[in-house]
Amino acid sequence: MRRVWPPLVLLAATVGLWELLVRADGVPDYLFPSPSAVASSLGGSAGLLWRAALVTLREIVLGYLLAVAVALAIAVLLHFSAVLRRALLPILVLSQTVPTVLLAPILAILLGYGIESKLVVVAVVCFFPIVVNAVDGLRSADPELVRMMRTLHGSRWAIFRRVELPGALPAIFSGARVAATYAAVGAVFAEWAGSSSGLGFVILQAQPALETARIFAAILVLSALALALYGLVAVSEHLLAPWEREARDRA
Amino acid sequence: MSHLLLESKVPPLAGRGTGLSLEGVVRVLGGRRVLDGLSFEVPAGGRVGIVGRSGAGKSTLLSVVAGLAEPDGGRVAVGEAGTARERLASCALMPQRDCLLPWRTALDNAGLALENAGLGRRAARQRAAALFARFGLAGAELLRPAKLSGGMAQRVAFLRTLLADKPVLLLDEPFGALDAITRAELQEWLGGALAEAPRTVLLVTHDVEEALLLCERVLVLASGRVSAEFAVDVPRDAPRREVVTSPAFVDLRERALEAIG
Repeated sequence: MRRVWPPLVLLAATVGLWELLVRADGVPDYLFPSPSAVASSLGGSAGLLWRAALVTLREIVLGYLLAVAVALAIAVLLHFSAVLRRALLPILVLSQTVPTVLLAPILAILLGYGIESKLVVVAVVCFFPIVVNAVDGLRSADPELVRMMRTLHGSRWAIFRRVELPGALPAIFSGARVAATYAAVGAVFAEWAGSSSGLGFVILQAQPALETARIFAAILVLSALALALYGLVAVSEHLLAPWEREARDRA
Repeated sequence: MSHLLLESKVPPLAGRGTGLSLEGVVRVLGGRRVLDGLSFEVPAGGRVGIVGRSGAGKSTLLSVVAGLAEPDGGRVAVGEAGTARERLASCALMPQRDCLLPWRTALDNAGLALENAGLGRRAARQRAAALFARFGLAGAELLRPAKLSGGMAQRVAFLRTLLADKPVLLLDEPFGALDAITRAELQEWLGGALAEAPRTVLLVTHDVEEALLLCERVLVLASGRVSAEFAVDVPRDAPRREVVTSPAFVDLRERALEAIG
């Protein structure tokens, strides 16, 4: 609990100060809404935001899972084939100079305004940190452990399954955690590029109407979604790699 | 084929297992002849210790014998096995670090070689668990390595090596990472365990006393060759403290230390 308090106090103080400043200055809500205005918008548009959140959540989760599956498959492929690794890894790194969210309009044209284009944008945004960390993690297996396995009847497959893969889990998860924070951004950009529902769509609709409080409320909900995904990934790591925590506790 | 540790009443069988021989072995690493015409033999069931300064080529020697590397010249044979792949099948190597897998419990670490050989996890656990008490590990079955003491981790590593069920044991400074008291305890314990389950043993160490306590013959390795050889013909069945302070043992140790230089 001691770790939770300082950021909470800081957050509460910031929100309080924000409320005071907006009220004292008399800034109109459509320019910069006070926290209380955001809160009342959150309550007033609860139904709308809830329906939009469900749409965006679906895009985030499915797109993220797609990214994890493809990234892990490619990482294993690259791990086993040095030729592929030399050929593909530089291209993957280079591809990151393309601002991937800007692919959203192209994908919307290509795949339509349905969920497919959103899944692909989210997956493209999340893919890279997972694949790079997974390749690094698999390759960084302790060579002494690999030697030990070879003297203990260990086949190439046994070494992968019992040494390299479990050893790479912490690296894979650190990539997966970074990717989890990207997923929400990817989904909103995809919705901006063309959609008829979702939190990105709500923001897009609220902007010309100058319903700034609703934009803030939608952003708040979006942050909550991203945080939930991040938490889910952290819990999975906890369950799948419990030895990490034990080792830390000891140290 | 049955595991000898399961039959503790069986008296030590001299000559069980497979011998190994090296003839003019050369190994070049980074332009340096780490092993330079090394020749010696270990008879089946024999125990030979190799001592030498750091960098004398001790670990390189074990890699070559184990089949993790081929020599650049000369011949290595473990029994009939000549190629690296065949040697790998006959030798179990116990490294200086315990090299336990952090994600496996002590029990699953001990049974690792059995699982690698195709045994199911449950069967591997059963075979390993049957030996835990004998190895002073009762109660530690479900602990992960982070929770084991150094001495316990090393016992698990030794059990894992034995369960690979190979005729030749290669020990690379097996207790080098432990404190002096634990090391003395484990040396005594290993002596007992090897008496119960005799195998061909090649022990590499910089601890002369360890080699003299555990082996029948001790070779000094210098500049990639055997520079001196000692037969350990002192009585060793007394308690350790008496053994290491007996005049014959002290004399042998002094001569070995002098040979290392």
